[in-house]
Amino acid sequence: MIRIECPWCGLRSESEFTCGGQSHIVRPENPAEVSDEIWAEYLYQRENPRGLHRERWRHTYGCRQWFNVIRDTVTHEILAVYHMTDSAPEVSGGRE
Amino acid sequence: MNQTIRRLPHARIEADSTVEFFFDGRRYTGKKGDSLASALLANGVGVVGRSFKLHRPRGILGCGTEEPNALVQLESGEYTEPNVRATLIPLYPGLVAKGQNAWPSVRFDLLGAVGLCKRLLPASFYYKTFMWPNWRSWEWLVRRIAGLGTAPQAADAERYVKQNIHADVVVVGAGRSGLEAALEAARDPAKRVLLIDSQEEPGGRLLGSPVPEERSWLANALSEVAQRDNITLLCRTTVNGYYDNNVLAALERRSNHLGPRSGNAFRECFWRVFAGRVILATGAIERPLVFPNNDRPGIMLASAVREYTHRYGLTLAREIVFYTNNDSAWQVALELHRVGVKVDAIIDIRGAVDSALVEGARDAGINHYLGTRVINTKGRSGIRRLKIQRAPADGDPSVQSVESLPCELLAISGGWTPTLHLYSQSGGKLQYRESDACLIPDCNNQNISVVGRAAGEFRGELNLQCQWLTPDVPPENQWVDFQYDVTAADIQLAARENFVSVEHVKRYTTNGMSVDQGKTSNVNGLGILALATDREIPAVGTTRFRPPFHPTTIGAYAGIELGALYKPVHLLPAHKAHLTCGASFDDYGSWQRPVCYPKPGEAEAAAIAREAVAVREAVGLLDYSPLGKLEVVGPDARAFLDRVYINNMVSLKHGAARYGLMLNEAGIVIDDGVVVCLAEDHFLLHTTSGGAAVIHRHLDEWLQCEWTDLQVVVNNCTTQWATMMLSGPKARDVLQQLDCDIDLSRESFGHMQYREGHLLGQRCRILRASFTGEVSFEVSVPARYGQSLWKILMQRGANMGITPFGIEALMLLRTEKGYLHIGADTDGNTMPQDLGWGGAIARKAGDFIGSRSLSLPVGLDADRLQFTGLELLDPKGQTISGAHILSADERTTNGYVTSAVHSPNLNRTVALGIVAGAAQRQGEEVTVFYDGLRQRARLVSPCAYDPEGNALNG
Repeated sequence: MIRIECPWCGLRSESEFTCGGQSHIVRPENPAEVSDEIWAEYLYQRENPRGLHRERWRHTYGCRQWFNVIRDTVTHEILAVYHMTDSAPEVSGGRE
Repeated sequence: MNQTIRRLPHARIEADSTVEFFFDGRRYTGKKGDSLASALLANGVGVVGRSFKLHRPRGILGCGTEEPNALVQLESGEYTEPNVRATLIPLYPGLVAKGQNAWPSVRFDLLGAVGLCKRLLPASFYYKTFMWPNWRSWEWLVRRIAGLGTAPQAADAERYVKQNIHADVVVVGAGRSGLEAALEAARDPAKRVLLIDSQEEPGGRLLGSPVPEERSWLANALSEVAQRDNITLLCRTTVNGYYDNNVLAALERRSNHLGPRSGNAFRECFWRVFAGRVILATGAIERPLVFPNNDRPGIMLASAVREYTHRYGLTLAREIVFYTNNDSAWQVALELHRVGVKVDAIIDIRGAVDSALVEGARDAGINHYLGTRVINTKGRSGIRRLKIQRAPADGDPSVQSVESLPCELLAISGGWTPTLHLYSQSGGKLQYRESDACLIPDCNNQNISVVGRAAGEFRGELNLQCQWLTPDVPPENQWVDFQYDVTAADIQLAARENFVSVEHVKRYTTNGMSVDQGKTSNVNGLGILALATDREIPAVGTTRFRPPFHPTTIGAYAGIELGALYKPVHLLPAHKAHLTCGASFDDYGSWQRPVCYPKPGEAEAAAIAREAVAVREAVGLLDYSPLGKLEVVGPDARAFLDRVYINNMVSLKHGAARYGLMLNEAGIVIDDGVVVCLAEDHFLLHTTSGGAAVIHRHLDEWLQCEWTDLQVVVNNCTTQWATMMLSGPKARDVLQQLDCDIDLSRESFGHMQYREGHLLGQRCRILRASFTGEVSFEVSVPARYGQSLWKILMQRGANMGITPFGIEALMLLRTEKGYLHIGADTDGNTMPQDLGWGGAIARKAGDFIGSRSLSLPVGLDADRLQFTGLELLDPKGQTISGAHILSADERTTNGYVTSAVHSPNLNRTVALGIVAGAAQRQGEEVTVFYDGLRQRARLVSPCAYDPEGNALNG
C-alpha cells in the first residue's frame, strides 16, 4: 500500500484512489479519418516500463478528481504529481 | 511425571504462584510467567507432538516462533486454534491444549506405524506412490494420516479489530539492538518512534541472560523507554508483513495471554503501520545440526536451553550434552555451569577451539570432544544415548574411534540465521557470508536499516565450521525440516532428479513449506542442495520470503467487517412500507429491493405472475428509486451528451425525453437509459439501476482527462430522489386522484415527455417512459417523501386494484416487450449494430465515444452475436437463460438465450437471446440446447407482447 499526494486533498492512502493506467494517450483528432491500425493502437497499445511510468489516478473516495502521477514501477515511489492538463515534468531519480 | 521441577532462583517467573492447565487431558501446574512449553518441560512432558508425515514423536526444539515441533491445538469449540506453538502460548489459568496429528494421543500414537513405511514415503511421495489407479482414491487416507491441527468448525467467538498507526521511525524487535536503536532515534523529540516487540515482554534474548549487568541494562533501558513521550511500545505484537512504501502489517495479541472469555473487547488487533524509516532488530534464529536421528525429543537448540534455564529457571535434565560447530554454544554451556546446572560434555566438530573456552570448560569440569561428530542417537520416546565418532589425532579417517555417551538432553547449535523475513519481504536482497555461513542484508530500495544479530552482528566471533549434514553416514535419518519430515536424503533425491532451482526443490521436497516456513530448516536445506549439486550457496540462491512471517488469525484480517457490517446496504426510502406490504427482499447491486410481494401461502413464482398480470390489466406500483439519475449541467452539456450517446442529442427539446445508448471507446455498449432535457444547459440522465456510480465515473473521466475544454459538471443525484413507477392502463387514473399542478392528460403529457411541478404540495418530477410496455408515470419526489408517496398511492389506488410489484415482475414484463436489459441481454462484445441501431449510427453526423471502433473489422463481421427474440415451436416448451443456440452441424454454439420467462399474459415461454447474424436470419429455425435437451425455436422479433404499442400510448 502506497500513499499518494492528491493535488487537492493532500497525502492519502492508496486505498482511496483508483489507478486509470497510462496517461498522455492522445486521442486521434479525427477518428473517422484514421486507419484501423492507428485507431487500434490508440485503443489497446500501452507501455509497460520497468521504471518511470506516467499514469493517471483518480481520488475516488475523496474529491473524485483525476490527476497525473509519475511512478517508479520497481519501487512504487511517486516522483511527481501534476494536473491532467499539465505536461509531464522532468524528474530525477528512478530509472528510465 | 506430575512432579514439577524446582526452579532456579534467578528465573523470571513467579516462583510461588500456581497455574493449573491441561495437556492431552492431563492436569498439570506451572508458574505465572511460564509459556506452555516451559510449563510442559517443567512437568517432564517430553513428547509434545507427532511429525506431519511419519508420526515420529517430537519434543520441544526451540523457545519462540522458530519452534517446528511443539504445535498444539489450543482450546476447543468456537475458541479453538490449530498449530499454535507451545513456545508462544503464555500460560493462563485453565488453559487446555492438545497434541496434534496423533491418535489416540501424542504419547501413544497408533499412527506411528506409518514410520515403518518410511521407504514408501520419500520426497513427493504423493506424486509417486499414490498414483495407481489415481491420487483421488488415496487422498482421503493420506489426508487422514498426514496433517497438523484441525480447522475450527464453529464460528470464531472472539472479536478482532483493525487500526492504523503512523510513525517517523519504526523499530521492529525490542531486544538489546532494538532498544538501543529506539532510544537513539527518540533523542530527537520531534520524531515519533514506534517500538514493536513480539514477545510477552520486551527484552529479546536479554530475557534469557543470567548475566546481572545485562539484566540491569534491560531494566534501565525499559524504564527510559517508558519515560520517553515520543516512544510508543507495542508489546505482544508480531510484524508479519512488510510492503511497499514502508507499510507494515502487525498483529497485536491483546487478550490471548488471558485465555478465552477474557472480557476484553478484542482478542487481537491488526495494525497497519505507516513508517517513515524502519529499523529491523529482529535478531537471529539458531540452526540445528543435521545428523542421524537428530529429531528425538530431548534434542534442543542451545539457545532454547539457555532460555529455559535462565528465564524459566528449569534444570532440563541430569545429563546435558552440547553438540556444536561454533563458539556460541560453549558460552551457553559455561553460563549453565555458573548457575549450578551440570553440563556433562561438549562435542564440537571443530578440531581446534578458542583456548579460553576450552579452559573454561576444563575448569567447569565439562568433558569436551573436539573434532568429533554425533553419528547417531538412541532412545525410545526421548534421547538416552549418543554415538559419537572422534577423528584420530593423525587424521586418518579409516581408523576413527566410535564412542557411546549417556545423554538426556542434547543442546545443539549449527550456527545462526539472521531473521530477515521482513527484510526480504520489503524487497531487500540477501548476500551470503561465508565466515558465519549465514545470509545477511545486502541492498534495499526502501528506507530501512538492519541492526544487531539480524544484520549478522553476533557480539563475538562464532568461529563457525560449516557442516550441512553429517558425512560418511546414511542421509536417510538426518532430519532437516522437522515439521514436514524432510531429510537430507530427500533433498539429495530432488537434486538427483534434476531439480536445480531452490524454489522447485522447496516444493518438491516440501522443505520449508510447513507452517513455520522453514525458520530452522531453510539454510541447512540450501547447504545440502549446494553440496548435492556441486555449487556454492550464492549460486543456489534463496527462496523468497512472503508474508505473513507468522501465521495470522483469519478473524484479524476480517476485523469487525463481519455479518451486517461486511458490506454497506442501500435501503429504499420506502423500505418499511415494503415490509408492511409483505415484500420479500434480495440484493440487487448495492440495493436491497423487493423481489415480489407474496400473499400469505403464495409461492414467489405465483406472486410474480400475479403482479405482472395486474400491471397489464389494471395498475401496478414499483419502487424505482435505484434508477440511476445523473444531472449534467453547463453551457457545453448538450455538446457533451451528443458525444456520449450514439443518439442525436442536439435536437432534444426542453421537456422531452429520448432513449440513449452509451458505448465505451471500444464501441461496446455499456449503458442505456432515458435522457431528459430540463433546460438548454441542464440534462437528466437515467442509467441502469445500480450503474449510476460507474457511468458517473465514465463521464467524469472523459470530461477531466480528454475534453478538458468543455464546461460541464456531472453529479449523481440518484439517492436525492425517490422514484415510484405507476404502470398499467389505470396508472393515469390513480395519479389524477392526487393534488398535482401538472396536466396529466393523454393529450398534453404524451409518451417520452417529462414535466416538473408539485404533487401534494411538494416538488416532483414526472417522466413518461416505459419499461413495461404499459402507460407508465415515473414519479420522483425528494427522497424524504418517498415512503409517504408510496403509502398514499397504495391507498388511493386501492379501488382501482393497484398492486405493488417487485423487480422480478418488472423483468418479466420487459422480457415480454423485448426491452433490452444491458448486462443481461448484452455481453462484453455487444455493439449497437447488434441491437438494431446500425441505421441510427449511420445517420448521426458528429463523432461520439466508440464511433470509430464500430467500423473496425470486428464490428463488420457478419457472424456477430445479435439481439433477437426466440419463440419455441412447442407452445408448452420451456428454456432458461444460458441455453445454447446450436450451429447447423451442432458442433459449436451459435449464441445463447439471455432472458427467458414464462409469460402469464401470453401463456407461453418468451425468450430473448444473442445469436450469430440474427438480424439477417429472422424467421429461421434453430436448435436450443440445454441440459441434454434439444428444442426447436424460431428467431423472431424481440417484442412478443403488443408489438403495435397500443398499450403504451393509451
